[in-house]
Amino acid sequence: MTAQTLYQKLWAAHVVADLPGGEALLYIDRHIVHEVSSPQAFVSMRESGRKLRRPETHLGVADHAVPTRSPRADGVRHGTIEDAQAAAQIAELEANVRDFAVPYAELDGPEQGIVHVIGPESGFTLPGTTIVCGDSHTTTHGAFGALAFGIGASEQGTVMAAQALRQKPAKTMRIALEGQRHPLVFAKDIALAIIARIGADGAAGHAVEFTGEVVRAMSMAERMTLCNMMIEAGSRVGLVAPDAVTFAYLEGRRLAPKGENWTKAVAYWQTLASDEGAAYDRELVIDVAEIAPQVSWGTTPDQTLPVDAPLPDPAALPDGPAKRQAEKALAYMGLAAGQTMASVPITHAFIGSCTNGRIEDLRAAAGVAYGRKVAAGVKAIVVPGSAATRAAAEAEGLDKIFREAGFEWRLAGCSMCVAMNDDRLAVGERCASTSNRNFEGRQGPGGRTHLMSPAMAAAAAICGHIADVRSLGA
Amino acid sequence: MTQPLTTLSGHAIAMPEENIDTDIIFPARFLLITAKAGLGRYAFHDRRFDASGAPVEGYVLNRAPFRPEDEAAPFIVAGANFGSGSSREQAVWAIAGLGVRCIIATGFGEIFHANCQRNGILPITLPADVVAGLMEAAEGQQRFALDLDAQSLTVGNQTFTFDIAEERKLSLMNGWDETGLLLHQYADAITAFETRQQAMCPWLYAKED
Repeated sequence: MTAQTLYQKLWAAHVVADLPGGEALLYIDRHIVHEVSSPQAFVSMRESGRKLRRPETHLGVADHAVPTRSPRADGVRHGTIEDAQAAAQIAELEANVRDFAVPYAELDGPEQGIVHVIGPESGFTLPGTTIVCGDSHTTTHGAFGALAFGIGASEQGTVMAAQALRQKPAKTMRIALEGQRHPLVFAKDIALAIIARIGADGAAGHAVEFTGEVVRAMSMAERMTLCNMMIEAGSRVGLVAPDAVTFAYLEGRRLAPKGENWTKAVAYWQTLASDEGAAYDRELVIDVAEIAPQVSWGTTPDQTLPVDAPLPDPAALPDGPAKRQAEKALAYMGLAAGQTMASVPITHAFIGSCTNGRIEDLRAAAGVAYGRKVAAGVKAIVVPGSAATRAAAEAEGLDKIFREAGFEWRLAGCSMCVAMNDDRLAVGERCASTSNRNFEGRQGPGGRTHLMSPAMAAAAAICGHIADVRSLGA
Repeated sequence: MTQPLTTLSGHAIAMPEENIDTDIIFPARFLLITAKAGLGRYAFHDRRFDASGAPVEGYVLNRAPFRPEDEAAPFIVAGANFGSGSSREQAVWAIAGLGVRCIIATGFGEIFHANCQRNGILPITLPADVVAGLMEAAEGQQRFALDLDAQSLTVGNQTFTFDIAEERKLSLMNGWDETGLLLHQYADAITAFETRQQAMCPWLYAKED
């Protein structure tokens, strides 16, 4: 038998039927449902009179539209949401999960949070499974060695009814991470550096697998950050082979296998790693020693540079798309060719999101914030990725560190990553952000987003301008 | 069931830009709307309208014959990585709401691409030099003509062919509902798969302890 990659193993284990044209009908094990992308899928179920084939394989939660503040002292949000559209959307999700018997993480319950944070935390996300969600950052779950990808609402309807999807196999790409990184260079910096190198569509059509000593030494949180960001290089699938770190993370989680099933599952999961000598369509080796803290300067995630590098000069570029893009981005961002990012004043700092809203991220940011103060004129918010993350952070006293430094300590949600809740930028405001997209208007119409790691965002909040966290220290 | 797509003719909306992402196509704040119909007014909203809601002069969707109300431009021509970013199907519904049925680009965001096919919109990928020529033709208000069965696109006296999987073509031409089709053809295969998987991975079928 020929050597197989992790992706090929996951694919082969889920083929229900081969279809003409090289496609396959792929079995879907898990589906996460949030309030924003699911309403139309449930409408299609109602209109067609179909039932969910296996309701217990779905998990519902509200995250995108929810406010991250509550007017109530006890932090309860239910019944307090002022935005009528958001409240209606959440109510619609609640009605849908009730009517279709979908397990639901209640808005004010202990398991609420961002889809890509609570899936892993609850043990819903498991190695060797196929996982879909109406959200492009579903790539995140690939950190567990799951075949996980974002889908549209129509496809959600298909998964609900048929538990299967027609899919075309991706090509495979290996990114090996080698070398010794600076202690203040994080998975976010590595992901941004990769995207800057290969382009915003540089991994299109490919399933990206991360290998190498650097990945093996990473926590699950860092592996999730890497996989999460691969959609920003155009890949629907990021992957890390499961190992002892993965198993240690999962053991004992509410939905993880128990007893004999746990033993069987781990034995199976250990077979998933890519075989020695398996061939990839593309390979890339990254020496992480060469990576400095990264900051995006433009309006696509590949418009990213080391914090101390000068911005490109469009005049020096040949006529073509790259030149046009650079001109457009500099104009939108209000930046000049040749300047460096490390001095650009900010109005906001946002620490959170499915990319960087986990406890490890909050620890890194708190390490920088400890004993310091947020600069005057900067609004800095910390939004834990889930209620469980928030509780864990409070148990460690991270909330106190943030509050004393002048950060706002919020309730879990997508918050300022997506500008469809209360947390958003106004025209011309500039944010040091741990989120994943710096698209025009992503954090609010006319808002300007600079992507970076949690430590870098905390440093920017403290300094009042973008700053190299290595010179500030943690 | 979507509207079948067989032939199409008319003007093409030129968007000579790379990485037109889903936030440009459909800004996130409108995602609070839970309807599928009537989203055309939000398509490319922040390019089309200024902060006061007035049309931005000169933007392609505000110029005849490319305005939605002209009902004359069922094609879009764009650069690389069109529809990159989010999985929001509203991006496709909004474009459909403009009356567009075919998008020609040098590349697409993958989830957007899949969403197009499920909503009766044909995404065509062509090489950069061909797209550059089509962009000029679109800006010059030449008429485009699509024949899906023949997999051809004719502009002026030039005809280009494109690739599409046979199944996808049939689905578009017939307006088939993919869910219904799968359930009809593969219900037994899905059940057989579940039986095999349950034997091999029983933890995926265990009730919560």
